[in-house]
Amino acid sequence: MQAEGIELHRLSHVFTTRRQSVAALDGVDLSVAAGRFVSVVGPSGCGKSTILRILAGLLVPTAGEALVRGETASGRPGLVAYMPQKDLLLPWRRALANASLGAEIAGVPTRDARRRALELFGAFGLSGFEHSWPVQLSGGMRQRLALLRTFLIPSPVMLLDEPFGALDAITRRQMQQWLQQVLARESRTVLLVTHDVEEALVLSDEVYVMSPRPGRMAARVAVPFERPRQPGLVTAPAFVALKADLLAALDAGASSGSPCEPAV
Amino acid sequence: MLAAFFRTPRKAASAAREYLPAALLLILLIAGWEAWVRAFDTKPYILPAPSRVWSAFLDVRSQIPGHARTTLVEALLGLTIGAGIGVTLAALLSAMPLLRRVLYPLLVISQTIPMVVLAPLLIAWFGFGMTPKIVVVALIAFFPIAVSTADALTGADREMVGLVRSMGAGRLQVLRYVLFPAALPAFFAGLKIAAAYAVAGAVIGEWVGASSGLGLFITRSQRAFRVDQIFVAVAFVAFASVALFAAVHVLSRLALPWMYAHEEESES
Repeated sequence: MQAEGIELHRLSHVFTTRRQSVAALDGVDLSVAAGRFVSVVGPSGCGKSTILRILAGLLVPTAGEALVRGETASGRPGLVAYMPQKDLLLPWRRALANASLGAEIAGVPTRDARRRALELFGAFGLSGFEHSWPVQLSGGMRQRLALLRTFLIPSPVMLLDEPFGALDAITRRQMQQWLQQVLARESRTVLLVTHDVEEALVLSDEVYVMSPRPGRMAARVAVPFERPRQPGLVTAPAFVALKADLLAALDAGASSGSPCEPAV
Repeated sequence: MLAAFFRTPRKAASAAREYLPAALLLILLIAGWEAWVRAFDTKPYILPAPSRVWSAFLDVRSQIPGHARTTLVEALLGLTIGAGIGVTLAALLSAMPLLRRVLYPLLVISQTIPMVVLAPLLIAWFGFGMTPKIVVVALIAFFPIAVSTADALTGADREMVGLVRSMGAGRLQVLRYVLFPAALPAFFAGLKIAAAYAVAGAVIGEWVGASSGLGLFITRSQRAFRVDQIFVAVAFVAFASVALFAAVHVLSRLALPWMYAHEEESES
């Protein structure tokens, strides 16, 4: 038991609409120790995001427990730094004000929150764009700004939902390298959700594989390589072998569950 | 304030170019009207020529500012009160679905009552002063503001609300950081519509009974069969409406800088 990280015990969730009920999660167990980077991979739309929404306090699970730093997260927002799939930058705030949003909501005086944000603009590759409006930023910059906003939320636990999902393959690889550098400087406990096996392997200490709906944990793989990892690692034989294992686990999971549809 | 609107001389020039066609069309219409009246020798109590309207204006010049001031004050106060009521209603309607279901039909019905019917009643209730006119303007103004703002509040991005809630935001913070700014463009859209009708609303209120105002001036001119004077008043109503509309437009540009971020980019 790690009181400082994330703990899920037999977490289940059923979405009930007027016409039907859909089981999204079925007895999920997972733990992330403090300072560790853990990924969950699985097919799209099969409950991965639901885990993060429960941990972010936006969704009360039907059964089971979700603990953040020893406290129950269900129905209690404000415990984690959550980065949803879309960047969700507020169009009416300039880049700097978007970055400091979480800190300001947490009650940090605006001036202090903005000063702290300003210090990190360079590290996040955004210098010179402090006073731009979100519509004036490129896709990669918007994503970095959303990440910066997430880093500035005063919580050591980060939840990332497909943070680079909307980016092209080249930008995506750059962002993975760059996220590792940032994490080397500012350590965080991270739970990342992705459908990209390579991304999960490059970034994580541990990877969980989820089966399609209802989501269950099908496998758990430890990634032995030292962090931060070099870009060349992805072609190393040991890495490729691990990737093959993960893909096999994904395929095995896929054949056991029902076919996947986009989440409601 | 205007400096932000016309940031550079180049911008002022481009604004002139933008409004030139409209100005030319207006001049052309007035010239055509003058020609028509002269060619067909139309009687002035049917349709006075623009030149005759102008000389009527010179005759009544001294009376106009007092009346115009009354009407403008009524329009501005009515618009402000209407905007306040509109925003309050929008907040209540979007926060309470039950209230929305109960109140929304009544609000729509309130707009179907002709103001010319309501205005005499309002005078009976509030007297001959400015109050009934302000009420008429507020009744006209609140509706487009309430409807567009309420729709924008209920239609605000749920995911953005979720994001700030995940950051620990309470109801008031959600309102401040997401809902209020998200609804601001719609509020200004409603305010623009309301501003366009505000002066005409005040005139309708005055028409029924007043001691001062352009509506009173029109009624008096009507009784004297001075159609040229009516046109003078109508021109002032139109001018005041356009000015009010333009003022709201400038205000909305200043309040919604992010909506014009693309222009900012192309300028630099």
